[in-house]
Amino acid sequence: MSRRLFPLLTGLSLVLFVTAPIVIVRAPYESTMGLVQKIFYFHFPSWMAMFLAIFILGISSVIYLFRRKPVADRLAVAAAELAVVFGLMGLITGPLWGIKAWGVWWQWDARLTMAVILELILVAYLLLRQYGGPGSDRLAAGLGIFAMANVPFLYISTEIWRTVHPRTSVVPTLPVDFGLPLWWSFAGFIVLCLALLSARGRLEEQRAAIDKLYLALEEE
Amino acid sequence: MDCYRMSVLLVVVGLVATGGFGPVSVAAQPTEAAQDGFVPMGDIPPEDQLPAAPLLVAAYAVVWAIAIGYLWTIWRRLGTVEQELAEMARRVKSKD
Amino acid sequence: MSEFLRVAWLVVRKDLRVESRSKELLFTTLFFAVSCVLVFAFGFVRGGRAVDGAAPGILWIAIAFSGTLALGRAFERERYHDALRGLLMAPVDRPAIYLGKLVGLLLLLVVVEAVVVTMVAFLFQAPLFQYPLRLGALLSLGTIGFASVGTLFSAMLVRTRSRAVLLPVLLYPVTIPVLIMGVSGTAALVQPEPDLAMARLWITLLLFFDVVFVTLALWTFEPVMTE
Repeated sequence: MSRRLFPLLTGLSLVLFVTAPIVIVRAPYESTMGLVQKIFYFHFPSWMAMFLAIFILGISSVIYLFRRKPVADRLAVAAAELAVVFGLMGLITGPLWGIKAWGVWWQWDARLTMAVILELILVAYLLLRQYGGPGSDRLAAGLGIFAMANVPFLYISTEIWRTVHPRTSVVPTLPVDFGLPLWWSFAGFIVLCLALLSARGRLEEQRAAIDKLYLALEEE
Repeated sequence: MDCYRMSVLLVVVGLVATGGFGPVSVAAQPTEAAQDGFVPMGDIPPEDQLPAAPLLVAAYAVVWAIAIGYLWTIWRRLGTVEQELAEMARRVKSKD
Repeated sequence: MSEFLRVAWLVVRKDLRVESRSKELLFTTLFFAVSCVLVFAFGFVRGGRAVDGAAPGILWIAIAFSGTLALGRAFERERYHDALRGLLMAPVDRPAIYLGKLVGLLLLLVVVEAVVVTMVAFLFQAPLFQYPLRLGALLSLGTIGFASVGTLFSAMLVRTRSRAVLLPVLLYPVTIPVLIMGVSGTAALVQPEPDLAMARLWITLLLFFDVVFVTLALWTFEPVMTE
């Protein structure tokens, strides 16, 4: 089923991605922020794709830990890697917007702080998978659950931690009419995320097949 | 080549081919925005027009580059795994 | 339920007895914590005066570092003669074993914290003892949050190859919320005009964190540790 779905997903994400710049360029010019506000159309969807990936990671970790379904484990690895990739997109496009909006590349803004910590957790997850050795799949599942459970705490604590300090930002919060371009690239990112998820999952599946073959060969 | 690898390659090629297209349209933006009458030209502060464009193009390029780069690694990894699978299958067959 | 607590208590007593014979964990962790605070003193005291507002951060980082050291060592010990496997094969509730290990670690960390807090208060001229109850609440809740995640992780890592490296790699990112809450709560208490409402807010948040993560750890300990 996913075998037939995959070319469809990739094709759709390609179409959405290629047409996104046109839609974005045609979008109205935001008056306080100017042109640079249009980075938002890439920035926001990449975070949403990251959250989707983290959610998938958490859910499949729970399923793997309690039901021991290999599919769930493969999905978890794929989702973790994707979350890092989309997080990286967000972390790079953020400062590009910030240098114009705030005048500095980095600011300990609540969202940025949270993003960077989440990225840290996910990289730790990948490190565990890479260097944990045999048996690390279940440990990774445990970590995946903890990563998902951490999201609300990170959100609240960074939000309050941030407001304790004086705000130096002079830019008003975005009074933007989201409209079509945002949802357009949002759809593009989500579809891309799903497409990459199935491609990456496929890779894990093939690797599992190889491992099985090796075992079969050695037994003879 | 299985359908996964093919589709991944297709997207990589598609993204590379159309990559330059976004920045060009972004560069053409300020005049276009004015012509379409979304915002009167006077409302756009002049210092906003030039410095913002490179940033926007950079952000766009980064997203594009990361997407292409990641897809490319998947494509390559799928290739290695496939090769290995074929090799294994050959060995299993020769043993039988 | 009483059976569950009894098993947990047995594990605590076992750890205490092992520790009382060698006192290895206590002395090494204490020494590490003291040298950690001293290193910070060399980094943050300039011209004979401590840098403003550095004390809460130093306090919590010293606790986090020495906590990690203790966690790694406490489970390293269980590897000798496959002690952990023997423990896990006992016909008892697995989560009770987790709880026992957690309580043992908390007891150790309480001693370490008493020393660290005193040292930080003197060396960095921080009025840490101004609100002892609130500080105590912050410290105990923060330590429970840190150690609950840490105990689970180091138990999981016992069987893996590169556990010494992986424990801090996994533990610090996941427990950053604890660090933020603990440092901010302590800072609210020791700043020139203490903000008690703020401190109470952080204590409440830490309480929520503890409830969620202790529950999660008890829930996942069994499947994670099953071979």
